[in-house]
Amino acid sequence: MNPRVDPHLEIWHWEIPLYLFLGGLAAGILFFAALSFLLNREEKASTAVRITPHFAVVAILIGLLALLLDLNHKAYFWQLYTTIRLQSPMSWGAWTLMLVTPLAIIWSALHINTIFPSWEWKGPLKQLEAFFSQNKKWIAWAMLLSSVILGVYTGILFSAFNARPLWNTSILGPLFLVSGLSTGAAMNIILSRDHAERSLFAKIDIGLIGIELFLIVHMFMGFLASTQVQIDAARLFLGGPYTAVFWVLVVGMGLIFPAILEILELKKFKIPAAIPAILVLIGGLMLRFIIAYAGQESRWLY
Amino acid sequence: MTSRRQFIKISSAGLGSLLVGGGLRAASQILVPDPDQLSIDLIRTPTYCEVCFWKCAGWVYKNKDGKIWKIIGNEEDQHSNGRFCPRGTGGIGMYYDEDRLKTPLIRTEERGKQSFREASWEEAFEYIAGKMETIAKVHGPECIALLTHGSGGKYFGQLLKAFGSNNIAAPSYSQCRGPREVAFFSTFGEGVMSPERTDIRDTKCLVLIGSHLGENMHNGQVQEMSDAIDKGTSIITVDPRFSVAAGKSKYWLPIKPATDMALLLAWIHVLIYEEKYDKDYVEKYTFGFEQLKEHVRDMTPEWAYGITTLEPGLIRKSAIEMANAAPAVIIHPGRHVTWYGDDTQRERAIAILNALLGSWGRRGGFYNPESIAVPDWPHPEYPKPNRTWKDAFPGQYDLVSSSLASGICDATIPTISKACNFKGWIVNGTNLIHTFPDQQKTIEAIQNLELMVVVDTMPMDITGWADVVLPECTYLERYDSIRNSPHRKPAIALRMPATEPMYNTKPAWWMAKELANKLGLEKYFSWNNIEEMLDWQLKQVGSSLEEMQRIGVKTFDRSWDDLYMAEDEEAEFLTNTGKIELYSTELAEAGFDPIPVYTAHEEPPQGYYRLIYGRAPMHTFSRTSNNPNLTDLMDENKVWVNPRIAKLWGLEQDQQVYLENQDGIQSKFPVKVRITERIRWDSVYIVHGFGNDNKKLTRAHGKGASDADLITRVHIDPIMGGTGMRGNFVTFQFEPSETTTGS
Amino acid sequence: MRYAMAIDTKKCVGCSDCVVACQTENNVPIGHCRDWVVEVLDGTYPQLEMELRSERCCHCENAPCVRCCPTGASHKSDGGTVLVKPHKCIGCGACIASCPYDARYPHPDGHVDKCTFCLHRVKEGLQPACVATCPTKCMYFGDLDNPRSDISRILKNRKWKTLIPEAGTNPQLYFLI
Repeated sequence: MNPRVDPHLEIWHWEIPLYLFLGGLAAGILFFAALSFLLNREEKASTAVRITPHFAVVAILIGLLALLLDLNHKAYFWQLYTTIRLQSPMSWGAWTLMLVTPLAIIWSALHINTIFPSWEWKGPLKQLEAFFSQNKKWIAWAMLLSSVILGVYTGILFSAFNARPLWNTSILGPLFLVSGLSTGAAMNIILSRDHAERSLFAKIDIGLIGIELFLIVHMFMGFLASTQVQIDAARLFLGGPYTAVFWVLVVGMGLIFPAILEILELKKFKIPAAIPAILVLIGGLMLRFIIAYAGQESRWLY
Repeated sequence: MTSRRQFIKISSAGLGSLLVGGGLRAASQILVPDPDQLSIDLIRTPTYCEVCFWKCAGWVYKNKDGKIWKIIGNEEDQHSNGRFCPRGTGGIGMYYDEDRLKTPLIRTEERGKQSFREASWEEAFEYIAGKMETIAKVHGPECIALLTHGSGGKYFGQLLKAFGSNNIAAPSYSQCRGPREVAFFSTFGEGVMSPERTDIRDTKCLVLIGSHLGENMHNGQVQEMSDAIDKGTSIITVDPRFSVAAGKSKYWLPIKPATDMALLLAWIHVLIYEEKYDKDYVEKYTFGFEQLKEHVRDMTPEWAYGITTLEPGLIRKSAIEMANAAPAVIIHPGRHVTWYGDDTQRERAIAILNALLGSWGRRGGFYNPESIAVPDWPHPEYPKPNRTWKDAFPGQYDLVSSSLASGICDATIPTISKACNFKGWIVNGTNLIHTFPDQQKTIEAIQNLELMVVVDTMPMDITGWADVVLPECTYLERYDSIRNSPHRKPAIALRMPATEPMYNTKPAWWMAKELANKLGLEKYFSWNNIEEMLDWQLKQVGSSLEEMQRIGVKTFDRSWDDLYMAEDEEAEFLTNTGKIELYSTELAEAGFDPIPVYTAHEEPPQGYYRLIYGRAPMHTFSRTSNNPNLTDLMDENKVWVNPRIAKLWGLEQDQQVYLENQDGIQSKFPVKVRITERIRWDSVYIVHGFGNDNKKLTRAHGKGASDADLITRVHIDPIMGGTGMRGNFVTFQFEPSETTTGS
Repeated sequence: MRYAMAIDTKKCVGCSDCVVACQTENNVPIGHCRDWVVEVLDGTYPQLEMELRSERCCHCENAPCVRCCPTGASHKSDGGTVLVKPHKCIGCGACIASCPYDARYPHPDGHVDKCTFCLHRVKEGLQPACVATCPTKCMYFGDLDNPRSDISRILKNRKWKTLIPEAGTNPQLYFLI
């Protein structure tokens, strides 16, 4: 009986779901920043382009710290960057972050004046800033692409494990991507002072929540139509120990309720915009935690 | 034929009286250039295992740092065939256990309080010698007894005989296999011995009655059972529990507990009345067939059905299965057989079945083991004791060949009727608190002692009751006497230290010799050191210490080619009639039933379940209960409960309960419930050796329940004094009772 | 060369000798194990059937642990044996999560640890420690590419199964039934 393996897997604790949540959040923020810029909506969505990406940098750095804490052999983490292993989601994640992190930092650096108006780059950094400013369009494209990869990766890290039937569904990639985008949109709602921008992201968020709900239903339909082990996995949420926490906290409080609030707000009801957005963030975090823990409890029986 | 039997008698008599001792020299280490060994296997020394009494011979390997690394079997050894069991492999845990006894201890408060001070060896010996001399002066030297179940007991036995007492007993007789030895002696004129003379590897049908080989990890027997399975042997298991062996059986007879005798008699009935017995064998070698035939006339499978709950068809089919395999069939006598108090008679029925099938002395049945005579180091004749333990039981147990450990315990409690009161115990390598049933009686006996010495490697429950605790070094750190057990071929094995003893621990031979010096008995221990003595002994049988250090095990050719009886041999058996006695004249003379009779045993009252206990393959009683390697495999016992009963009581898997017996005695500690179909609804099962109450056992303390706590009703076998322990019934309690004494 | 192991469930008595032999041979820290024993019981009293088997890494031909390792610490070695290089392992736990047999565990030193088929012994011409010690001789180890090896012969002559073949791992640990 090995600890953290028996009687069921407990190899991943809070670090991995937090890391996946923050990765998804960063992906969502950077996606909307890049997209808004490329669609020439920089002024209309100025918060999304200029302010929120700074939080993406913070999210990524905390996420990386969580990932490092999760490693049991921390001193050897650099081994991740000695090789590229195309079949390993962990390797994909390491290299994607290698790409996304500098992009996010550069993007934030380009917009640091929005937060600190008196900030001035000096010496070679000033030259560097000038260079990146000229190529901002390319950086935006790279960010758009890599943020989608990052968002999908947060789900694929789980879904690549056929040993854990709950995780072993390709829906998890799109689901986590959409959830990441939704939390990114929520961040924009929280940070934006501009009503028009808030409304724009509220509309986007409602759409994303709709897609999420569709994906969740689709995921369970898939499980129930699959083999016994996946039926058993689905039962963790359909009468099993995770039923209440998933349907109430994630689907209810994290998706449906905030969506209703956002719709009401769009219909001019007086609702502080931050409330549904915060609920979405909490829901996104809970989703990662629950999927991480329940997945480790689901297994092949033999 | 006769010469062989005399020979066996001589050699087995020699077994008990090996003389060993001496001074410890640095262990010699042998470099192994053997090509079939790993290049990393640098150093190995021979040993034989002390984790159980099977005493498999093996090799102790050390790593590059000179630390003990692993133990593996010696391929030359017939006990292990180069393969150790989990306990033997995990024997290194005995050495590395940080809870070991580390220095001599002398009690500072009342007995049982576990309050000791550290003492020097000199001081400990002074204390013991002083008390022994006082007891000898006031009560006589016979009033000191040795209770032993470890190799070191040999030397203390020597000491006691020199001192003038031959009250030397092993609980392995009266608490374990005594009834079968008496029964087989009265039937065949010979015992079953250890290792058992069962020819399992060549048998075609193996019948196990409550014997759970595989869980009961008697290495050689388990190996041979496996070989037999490979050859397609059919196994028949009689057990209220679906044992591992039952899972490998062609027929499993899920018998109602305590009714085995009815089944055995019905089997005898089928064999006789369906004429399936070995007619030539019975006619040629046995005595009393007609009486037996008459005796079992009405004991049909239908009769037994009402008693055993076993379907008559199954009883018939299994009997025919045995007969078809005969004579290559073994109705296994079992090993721990002190169950219901009529155990000698049940073993007699087993012996009779084997006789009817002609398996005694036949290939695939029971072979004739042989050992060689290893002479003792010459010593003056021992003084003749005035009294023995038997004087406490006038007119009883005349058929008993060994001392009764429980008899000594009984005779320690002063009563008007018991003539011999014991005043001193030396306890070596046996945790009597768990070994004897009825703990309160054991403690009462101890409280009547003037001297209580415990020699052990671990602080067991029994050490808490000692006046003086002598810390023995483990078997990996010491020499011991030559292992010389009977087997298919005579063989000897050497145990030598793989390393210096840890802490302030010493081998038992050193303790005995030092005590002898204190008591003025040094002439009985006249060798300078144990190597000198072993070397002398080994040279008498054509080997030497140097050779044995190199090879570990030496196998000799048999003196006679009589592993099995020849086809038409005119055999004479060492019984009154010279025949195999189906009708026992010996038992008749002593006033017992000459042919076994079925008697009904008490059944559990409403809400109670029969307490059945047994073994787990990774533990030897409580001896291994704190072994770090073995507790890693199993660190507590659980009470097995049938799902129907669990439902009735609302029990859940792994729920903790207390067991309480028919006398209101509760287990000291709670035990987890294991709900399993593998146990009958009228019984519960726990593995023996858990529920230890010594806090110094950091891994074992308070883990699980002790069956010994709960066995307060003992059914004494009137023939040989065995303590029948399976007549106790338990129920479930969810709270500890006020009298529960666990700490 | 293709190493494989077979366990005869008809002979295994579930004694766990394989576990403790592996622990001592390979200095597996107490509290951890590279192999273990499983009891599977079917039926209701007294119609029962029981299977006992010693399990360990299946050294899968299609090993998910090797696939998902981000550093190449988990790799295929001689005869298809799946091994871990401790100095390349970052202890991310992905391989542990990827194994349907739960055959890997986090070693207290940080890296992941698992059965090696005792390759250090096999290279010396010895059997793995568990096979060499098993009192019931219920374990067989050898090269499947050699038709005369014990393992090839026993798999040819006996009925066998593997664990979760539907997981697509193509395990090389066989159970004789």
